[in-house]
Amino acid sequence: MIRSLLAVLMIAVCVAAAMGAASGSHWERVPARDHALANPLARQSDAIAAGALVYRDHCQQCHKANAEGDGHKHPTLHSQNIRNASDGDLEWFLRQGDLRHGMPSWSSLPAAQRWQVIAYLRSIQ
Amino acid sequence: MISKLLTRIFIFSCWQAVLHSVLISAVGRAQEKPYFVTYSQDLEEPGNLEIETKTALGRPEGGNRYGATAMELEYGTRAWWTSELYLDGQATARDSTVFSGWRLENRVRPLMGEHLFNPVFYVEYENTSGADKTILEVVGHDGQDDLAAPNGELRREHQHEAELKLILSSNVRDWNISENFISEKNLGHSPWEFGYAVGVAHPLRSAGGRRECTFCAEKLIAGVEGYGGLGDTMALTMRDTSHYLAPLIGWQLPKGVRMSFSPGFGLTGTSLSRVYRIGLAYEFDQVGRWFHSASGGAE
Repeated sequence: MIRSLLAVLMIAVCVAAAMGAASGSHWERVPARDHALANPLARQSDAIAAGALVYRDHCQQCHKANAEGDGHKHPTLHSQNIRNASDGDLEWFLRQGDLRHGMPSWSSLPAAQRWQVIAYLRSIQ
Repeated sequence: MISKLLTRIFIFSCWQAVLHSVLISAVGRAQEKPYFVTYSQDLEEPGNLEIETKTALGRPEGGNRYGATAMELEYGTRAWWTSELYLDGQATARDSTVFSGWRLENRVRPLMGEHLFNPVFYVEYENTSGADKTILEVVGHDGQDDLAAPNGELRREHQHEAELKLILSSNVRDWNISENFISEKNLGHSPWEFGYAVGVAHPLRSAGGRRECTFCAEKLIAGVEGYGGLGDTMALTMRDTSHYLAPLIGWQLPKGVRMSFSPGFGLTGTSLSRVYRIGLAYEFDQVGRWFHSASGGAE
């Protein structure tokens, strides 16, 4: 019995490691349909203010209040990489996360709040 | 003597969780759904620690009213891996208050991306007694008879169990839909037992407001969950199994506190007719860094 349980656990860990090793760069993997999406709340002051609150609640603990990150595992959000990404790229990335590198998936946030965060991120670039 | 001590520790821990929730002013937000039995794909954010109490209030037919609390310490080990420790206890009217055991569980997301169905593997070891009445899962032929006997008698039953779950969960148009397939085995004896849990939840308002608020729709999430037993390897049948349907409401309060409430209704004769559940959670941000900083590590 214990051997069976250990076998199941080992398989789970191996699958997780294999799937983790298979992923590549963020924006190259964004499907064309997602890449082309535009932020329906772009440049709206209400959305930017609401996005700042969502950022404070969910993002600030890692990326810091000034969005500069910690210089180690949590990168700055004032970057060329963010400025070059389309709104659709950022929404896709928030939804997918990057579990292997510690970024959670935010698919559980309502879509409107993801777009509000993106409006906020654009406003601070 | 030891049981009295453990009971006191359990009650003290619960109070400590409540006090932390109310007094600490740091900002931290849980993102989890208000399910009590069903698990979704949501894992704890890496480095965060969530302390949650889940209390079940019920009255089995022919037994006394009881309140059972599970205190849950949930830590985000990695973005794809969450570990949890549960400490369970209960108080039964005209009987006693007892510590009823502990559980250690791990949840792992094997797929790093987001899919229509997101699988999570769940492995748990339980060291509880028959006096555990938290009903965090219903499997096999579990029924209200199991909850009706006096605590002194129930505590003699040692539940040394392993539990495996396959969690499938989807986030579609702000709806969360989760399905859990449960199998449980008492490592000392008894056959494999099976159960299920399904849940659906949706925030009352999707967009966030431009001002901080407490009593507003985007802070509330409503849903419903259903759960029950599916028999065991000796009798894989729905006969004499318990099933529940439970509406849910979750409320995200300021300062990272989350409350949830659910009245559950038994659907079969072997189920409790009603079980009320109350949850209170608080999330501590980046607990891992506390230790890192304390040991002289660079943050």
